[in-house]
Amino acid sequence: MSNPDQTPHNDAPESFKDPGVPYHRPRRADVDPKAAKRAERQVAALFGLSVLGTIIALWAYFGLDISDDIASIQQVNTMIGVGIMLAMLGIGFGAIHWAKTLMRDHEMVEERHELRSSEEAREGAIQNLKDGVVDSGIGAAANGVPRRGLLKGSLITALAIAPLALLVPQIGNMGGDWNISKFRHTMWKQGTRLARDPDGTPIKASDVTIGSVFHVIPEGLNELETHKIEEKSKAVVLLIRLDPRDLNIQPGREDWSFDGIVAYSKICTHVGCPVALYEQQTHHLLCPCHQSTFDVANGCKVVFGPAERPLPQLPIALDSDGYIVAQRDFEEPVGPSYWTRLKTPAVASTGEEASS
Amino acid sequence: MGTTLNGAATGTANYVDERTSIGGFVKFFARKIFPDHWSFMLGEVALYSFIVLLLSGVFLTAFFVPSMTLVEYTGSFPTMRGVEMSEAFSSTLHMSFEIPGGLLMRQIHHWAALLFTASILVHMARVFFTGAFRKPREINWLIGFTLMIMSLAAGFTGYSLPDDVLSGNGLRIIDGILKAIPVVGSYMSFWLFGGEFPGEILIPRLFTAHVLLVPGVILGLIALHLFLVFLHKHTQYPGGGRTHKNVVGLPLFPVYTAKAGGFFFVVFGVIAFMGAFFTVNPVWNYGPYDPSPVSAGTQPDWYILFVDGALRMMPGELFGFPFEWVIGGYTLSMNLLIPGLIMPALLFGFMAFYPWLEAWASGDRGEKHVLDRPRNAPVRTGIGVGVITFYVILALEGSNDIVANLFHLSLNDLTIFSRFAIFILPVVAFWITRRLCTGLQRKDHELVLHGNETGRIVRHENGEYIEIHEPLDAQAHWIRVSYEDIAPLDFAPQFNDRGVERKGYKFDRFKARLSKFYFEDRITPVTPDELEEAKHQHH
Repeated sequence: MSNPDQTPHNDAPESFKDPGVPYHRPRRADVDPKAAKRAERQVAALFGLSVLGTIIALWAYFGLDISDDIASIQQVNTMIGVGIMLAMLGIGFGAIHWAKTLMRDHEMVEERHELRSSEEAREGAIQNLKDGVVDSGIGAAANGVPRRGLLKGSLITALAIAPLALLVPQIGNMGGDWNISKFRHTMWKQGTRLARDPDGTPIKASDVTIGSVFHVIPEGLNELETHKIEEKSKAVVLLIRLDPRDLNIQPGREDWSFDGIVAYSKICTHVGCPVALYEQQTHHLLCPCHQSTFDVANGCKVVFGPAERPLPQLPIALDSDGYIVAQRDFEEPVGPSYWTRLKTPAVASTGEEASS
Repeated sequence: MGTTLNGAATGTANYVDERTSIGGFVKFFARKIFPDHWSFMLGEVALYSFIVLLLSGVFLTAFFVPSMTLVEYTGSFPTMRGVEMSEAFSSTLHMSFEIPGGLLMRQIHHWAALLFTASILVHMARVFFTGAFRKPREINWLIGFTLMIMSLAAGFTGYSLPDDVLSGNGLRIIDGILKAIPVVGSYMSFWLFGGEFPGEILIPRLFTAHVLLVPGVILGLIALHLFLVFLHKHTQYPGGGRTHKNVVGLPLFPVYTAKAGGFFFVVFGVIAFMGAFFTVNPVWNYGPYDPSPVSAGTQPDWYILFVDGALRMMPGELFGFPFEWVIGGYTLSMNLLIPGLIMPALLFGFMAFYPWLEAWASGDRGEKHVLDRPRNAPVRTGIGVGVITFYVILALEGSNDIVANLFHLSLNDLTIFSRFAIFILPVVAFWITRRLCTGLQRKDHELVLHGNETGRIVRHENGEYIEIHEPLDAQAHWIRVSYEDIAPLDFAPQFNDRGVERKGYKFDRFKARLSKFYFEDRITPVTPDELEEAKHQHH
């Protein structure tokens, strides 16, 4: 605390003097035996409250009637909770009140010792390590033990690669088939009917009035035995009908829509949340997770938010019965970007892949 | 009776001691001194909520089925009957509506988790603002930091277990961020989910991580954290008799055994109260995970908000400049990497290594056991408030839809505002805080020199009016003059006398600049000289 650079130019000392630990201020219970007795009774009462709490919790569990309705079990939950609360708070407040009112509270001083080991200990430690190195033969030859340089290198190599024996099978197995080209394909094929989510009934063009939105799954999704949720995670689509005069059809996609009916992937190109909120007036689709906003009238281009790419469009047509069907799969992977998104996969792919 | 009990106790103690030499430990620990301050209980809240997590977690594992196998719900919650869901979700409903005390324990567990992460961050803030991370506690700061990260991992893995629609979307966001990682991202996604998102194995994997790996690491780190607290002995606030070489306070047994031990029961009691009366994470309203639906106003647990806010804030393109780049045919999504990975890495990296940054600036190599009053470290306090401001802006942006709805603001305006605020407001907060600190230091200076105003006006014989000032009492005075005055560091010049550049100069120059930033504008504590002079001026 002292500042040796400062030279005093009057009688004042170099630094102020530490006044020392403050004097102990007696509490009520320290000076008044009545107050002490009162505090003792309060502490005992709090412990008693805890016992009562335990009894309440046990009574709620055994004594309360649970019929088959949810309200009765909620009541049991609440009463067990009240019991636990009282059981705990009684002990806690009792102990703290005891410490604060009745236990001796004179401050005590304990010296600290520097954490650094003594010079002697340090030297001893270094010497011991040196001796060990010499004994092992890793270090320079001494005490009749020759240097065995080969051992150090080979041990380090062995230790460094041994974890691979454990980690490679572990990590290797965890990724399943590692076939990331699955990102490119969904269940949509030529002629797959667009069906309502979740019941799976197909949709006729005549069902889709202007301004309406359908949450869509591929027909047959609900009948999948395996990987149903994975397929649904990629294949969900929004089917929207705009007034054809409002729809600004993108070049090259003239035959992808039908009389103002368009279908776009529901999976956000940002991080893959379902883009579920449609605003009829502005033709905007909003992702509720991070508020990326897509303009349906203009090829679902991003008009606000963190997404960078438009939602992929599903080319649709009508089948002979008037149901809306897919012309083919999406032409690009749906959902968030990834490193090889624009690369043709190395793994063998379908014929459609080559054209994209 | 008393003697028999005593006899039994002595006998047991003797039995144990002869086999463990526990006597030495008890002698050493029983009367160990701990300083007293309310802010020291923040870390205790974290520790105790973790114990509550373990206790309530054991209850939950008895009923939770970590399986993604799809089943049809037939339980007692009416609106979910007949719905197809994973066994994880259905067992969550079962324990909530058919096990007495089950929902209570779920809610106790969830509230304890929210409290656990919150108390860790507040405890970290206390350690930061009082300078308790300085030598010799830098390693313990790092252990505590790792505990904070592990608490987030524990929270996130647990949050995802019920397999409801909200947590499933949270996992999908994680999947999206993973995929954005260059080269290996797609494979990391496959690794985590065992194939394509969401796969059929994720919940069992998260369950193992949540009940074994993460809590195991947390337990080990807590043991290390507390061991170092004992080894270092607790820090203390400045005051009479408190130095860097002693510790002033009350003994572990009985005072802190009662206070800290009792406090565990208080924390448990408060969490039980919350679990009994406040609904948290009502997954039965959200429904089981389905990749198709999502509702507006969805929020992650609070500790994830800052990353979610960063994701919302980051524009996909700015003034026509896209943040998704295609380089040589490969896709690099900076609009995901910046908020999802780079920002958290920078923020956490800065937090983890801050103690060393400040050690470079101060050049101090001594052990520090007396805490700083935040005002006496204006730059540190400013940095802390700046970082908190940064964090709060992100967290608020993470609930921008709620904020917009609540205050009738435009969602888009809020996001655009936050894009500016995230750069400007932390700097403003830093600057204002630093000025407030120096202002408070000046006030201390003034109080030491002139004492407290008493409100008593006295007229001198020559007609002059003065107000009587009362000098501070010894303790109040000491607190205001006993802080350390650190001057900016000076280093040897760049070139030696033969004109050769000195080795290590560049690092020294960096440290000198850092030191200047920290300590150039400072209020030095009043010296006895100055006090003498001030007294003379008065008379």
